[in-house]
Amino acid sequence: MTFRWTLAALLSHWRRRPGQAAALLAGLALATALWSAVQALNLAARDSYDRAAALLGGAATVSIARPEGGDFDQALFVTLRRAGWPVSPVLEGRARLGERTWRIVGVEPVTLPPGAALASLGEDAGPDDPAALLGRPRGALATPETLEAVGAGDGEAFEAGGLTLRAAARDGLAPATLVVDIGVAQRLLDAPGAVSRLVAPARHGRDPSELAALTGGRLAQLEASPDGDLARLTDSFHLNLTAFGLLAFVVGLFIAHAAVGLAFEQRLAMLRTLRACGVPARTAALALLAELACFALAGGLAGMALGYLVAALLAPDVAASLRGLYGAPASGELALAPAWWLSGLGMTFAGAMLAAGSGIWRAANLPALAPAQPLAWLAGHERRIRAQAFAATGLLMLSAMIARSGEGLVAAFAMLACLLLGAALATPALLSAGLAFGAARARRPLARWLWADARAGLGGLSLALTALMLALATNIGVGSMVTGFRDTFTGWLDQRLAAEIYVRAPGEDRARAFEAAAPALPGVSAVLPTRTAEIRLAGLPVELLGLRDHATYRARWPLLEQEAEAWDAVAAGEGALLSEQLARRLRVGLGDVVTAPGAEGPWPLRVVGLHPDYGNPKGQMVVGLDPLMERLPQAERGAFGLRVAPERIEATMSAITADPALAGVEAIDQAAVKRLSLGLFDQTFAVTGALNALTLGVAGVALLASLATLSAMRLPQLAPVWAMGVTRRRLALLEFGRTMALAAAVAVLAVPLGAALAWALVEVVNVQAFGWRLPLHLYPGQWALLAALALGVAALAAAGPVLRLARTPPARLLAVFAQER
Amino acid sequence: MRRSSGRRAFTRRAALAGLLASAGAARAQGVGGEGFAGLGSAADDYAPVVPGHRLVFPRDHAPHPAFRIEWWYVTAALRDASGALCGAQWTLFRNALSPDGGGEGWDSAQLWMGHAAATSATAHVAAERFARGGVGQAGVKPDPFEAWIDDWRLARPDDAPGPGLERLRMTARDQGFAFDLALDAQGPLIMHGDDGFSRKAERGQASYYYSQPFYAAEGRLRIEGVERAVSGHAWLDREWSSQPLDPDQTGWDWFSLTLEDGARVMLYRIRHREGRDSFTGTWIAPDGAARTLGRDEADLAPTGWETVAGRETPVRWRLSIPSEGFEAETRPLNAQAWNALTVAYWEGPVRVEGPRSGVGYLEMTGY
Repeated sequence: MTFRWTLAALLSHWRRRPGQAAALLAGLALATALWSAVQALNLAARDSYDRAAALLGGAATVSIARPEGGDFDQALFVTLRRAGWPVSPVLEGRARLGERTWRIVGVEPVTLPPGAALASLGEDAGPDDPAALLGRPRGALATPETLEAVGAGDGEAFEAGGLTLRAAARDGLAPATLVVDIGVAQRLLDAPGAVSRLVAPARHGRDPSELAALTGGRLAQLEASPDGDLARLTDSFHLNLTAFGLLAFVVGLFIAHAAVGLAFEQRLAMLRTLRACGVPARTAALALLAELACFALAGGLAGMALGYLVAALLAPDVAASLRGLYGAPASGELALAPAWWLSGLGMTFAGAMLAAGSGIWRAANLPALAPAQPLAWLAGHERRIRAQAFAATGLLMLSAMIARSGEGLVAAFAMLACLLLGAALATPALLSAGLAFGAARARRPLARWLWADARAGLGGLSLALTALMLALATNIGVGSMVTGFRDTFTGWLDQRLAAEIYVRAPGEDRARAFEAAAPALPGVSAVLPTRTAEIRLAGLPVELLGLRDHATYRARWPLLEQEAEAWDAVAAGEGALLSEQLARRLRVGLGDVVTAPGAEGPWPLRVVGLHPDYGNPKGQMVVGLDPLMERLPQAERGAFGLRVAPERIEATMSAITADPALAGVEAIDQAAVKRLSLGLFDQTFAVTGALNALTLGVAGVALLASLATLSAMRLPQLAPVWAMGVTRRRLALLEFGRTMALAAAVAVLAVPLGAALAWALVEVVNVQAFGWRLPLHLYPGQWALLAALALGVAALAAAGPVLRLARTPPARLLAVFAQER
Repeated sequence: MRRSSGRRAFTRRAALAGLLASAGAARAQGVGGEGFAGLGSAADDYAPVVPGHRLVFPRDHAPHPAFRIEWWYVTAALRDASGALCGAQWTLFRNALSPDGGGEGWDSAQLWMGHAAATSATAHVAAERFARGGVGQAGVKPDPFEAWIDDWRLARPDDAPGPGLERLRMTARDQGFAFDLALDAQGPLIMHGDDGFSRKAERGQASYYYSQPFYAAEGRLRIEGVERAVSGHAWLDREWSSQPLDPDQTGWDWFSLTLEDGARVMLYRIRHREGRDSFTGTWIAPDGAARTLGRDEADLAPTGWETVAGRETPVRWRLSIPSEGFEAETRPLNAQAWNALTVAYWEGPVRVEGPRSGVGYLEMTGY
């Protein structure tokens, strides 16, 4: 009974201050929303990888393949079967069908191990029903979304690569993937008799060391499923997203903390009265806790709904980013598990406790007869600021230490966390010091009052200002990184896209036909054929790119480092150019030797140059075209560059399209490739931009909430000044100026922090996450814009309370003196 | 977890069985003729089985891809050093998914299924294999004769190359059993029915059917963790056809018996839901002279039933062929000789008890 009345009394506070209630709810909801949105995106992406990996693997199976990567002859499959090995062949690759490139997974349904297989697709649909693949016409399994993109409905026949296939919709398959019979895959991928790997039940009961003898050393059991690479590669991306989500969560909690702290202080008198009426301290604390739980539940549910909305909006961009950056088969679909709801609400409760814990603890320990001191929290401010400054110094030093000696992505993020937290803790101290400095200089009484008042009010605003500072710094840091990357990327594209026209002639016959016809095309001054082969180096997927020795490459191909005569060594088949990220992953540099698999034995290649290869999830190794054909005759051909006089580009393009002998050959000019690449780039970083904007928005709300709640409390401080003759209008202007000055100070503090963040992202996180190093660009113009934005946000947040102050009836100001406080 | 994966495996295998459309235990032309996913086109698209067609060897030891279904089927009733009876089964089924046989490589329309089993008085273990035709994982080659699926083989031994079936080596292994037997034919090939044209039922189903019932078998058999030297008799059946069973034909019972006086007997009955059962049989004298038994010449009647894999199954039989003075009771070596495979059926060694005793194999489907 006591509990109910206590709770009712406490809740009545919110009825009188709906704005404060709204701020608390908004804080909790926003914190939950961004956090749960990021989690939903991560879950969706992971789900996609898991499906891709589980498609032919997972715990139930092991893979047997060439240790160095690459396809092998299906005769080895038969050899192993005839030796009693329960293996099943799989051919994987990418094929262009129509407008898009698809991942093709060819399986042999009759021998596919039951546990592995397409088993993860669920039982009822009968997905691993061999007839689905083996009927006539042969089946192609894909998700309904993929089928839609292919342009075939479930059960309908469609044409692909000269074959008629029957579409079969299967939920739960990886996105952008067609599962077909291995015979179909060999045709689609133009790889007759080829197998990428063999799968066997994990407990196949055979000794893996037999493999060497049975296959002449060509095959070995792989330690893990190759798709595991994907999870490792994309970890950094998800860590990035999670860090963003956590940042937004913390900013949201600042709002909640400000609102709860204020409400607690304002209810000190009420609490004292309740205690005096005989309410035990425990009951009061429990009532506060129950109240908080109600808020957390309401804010959490609203946040989850909002989070879902945000995630749904961002999902296609995240999927595009993952595809663009890593070639990961992510779908833009959200699938929300109950775990997501529970963890999201759990975070809200934990966050609410964190935001309000100190208040509740104090309520539980409040002496019944302690004087109710409003703004007691401001009184203790100086002491707290000193403690925070100490902690901040420690954290910043720790951050510097990690930056100096830490290694790996986790260390990079730990460093960032220390840096941001340290900066956040230092912000009030720095602002306070600045204000103290100003106060010491001020001569005129009003100015001195203003400085002192600003310092006294800092406690109430410091959290919101800190949130704004963090959001600004993040924006500056991430903005610098993305813009710098874009500039570098654009310059790199200009160099790398040396040919005027790029041509794909899929299939051996078409490639041959095109190569024969190309020199006669109008305006063509040089034909630059390329070949590619997929290999594995130290377990990493690597694209071997064969380039013809040509002045174009010698003049234009961007290189970060090179030996003298690097291109000569490449042309002679002795040297190779490695992409930056590959060299980093292999831990090799100029002069080191890497060994590629050749058809007739290993092919040692000296690293003679390193080139940037932005946005390529695979390692790339450039070798001479002729040596590649010699060593790996099965290397895929079909991609060409054409040098054409700029004014003849259009004529050449139409000549290719018009020639009936060149049907199926696709040509695209340099400008279009650039457009596509930059489009992909922008799409990739669209998520970053969106999260950036959202964080800044949340910080703005935090400031608004703090100012709104503070304005009512500030009346007692302002009334005496008004009584001394300062007009309300003047007071309002001073208030406004004070907020703007603080916001400007925050912006000034945010710039160095943002620059530090940019440095950390570019020099540490990027290198660790993607394997490429970018030059650090700083963009003062961007900073100015962001600072202006911050001031705008502050002005918007301050406008309401200031207007209200300007219009406060004199009677209310007078009433301050009449009320006993 | 385990259960669900087991069920999945079952679903998949069951579908495979559908693809194999009957290859099944398969003495006759398959269970349930409705076919599968449009694959079970009417028998007329496949090559027909016609009377008067002459079988030619060694050509006809090799596959006949234009026919829907075909098998190479060996059963061996063996004794170990202590005289204890045991048995081994080695079977390769071929099933064509389309009458045209498909194309090369993975386009082949041939599906292969292997069954192998071993039986002792106290244990029965069976295993199966599946393979696509066209790539070499399974197949049959005539010269030197070799039938295989994975590491299971039925082939001319290395020291006796050649096209015929006179000498064979038969190997298979899986969890719980393994065997490696040398087969040596002591008599001629036997054509069933009319020179190998074997009419199965009054409604016209027929197959080409010949046997080599005269193998002396010797080798090693491992079951229940014990490997033993064994010797005895083996019987090879070769059969191919295109016609499925009628819906009202519920299953069949098949005996291959080796009598102590050297005679061999094949008895085969298709059970009908309605009306009289169809019967065929061949009496083979010790010298290889074979005589097709007329419809009323023999009588098969169950005398003892047992519950096998939840089914009431007639495991004891009374057989009589008055015209040959043959009256006998058969008793199973192991009443639980159930091949619990995708296509499940009863197949195991039997003892023949009566004035003319012997050993043999019994196969029963559809109970």
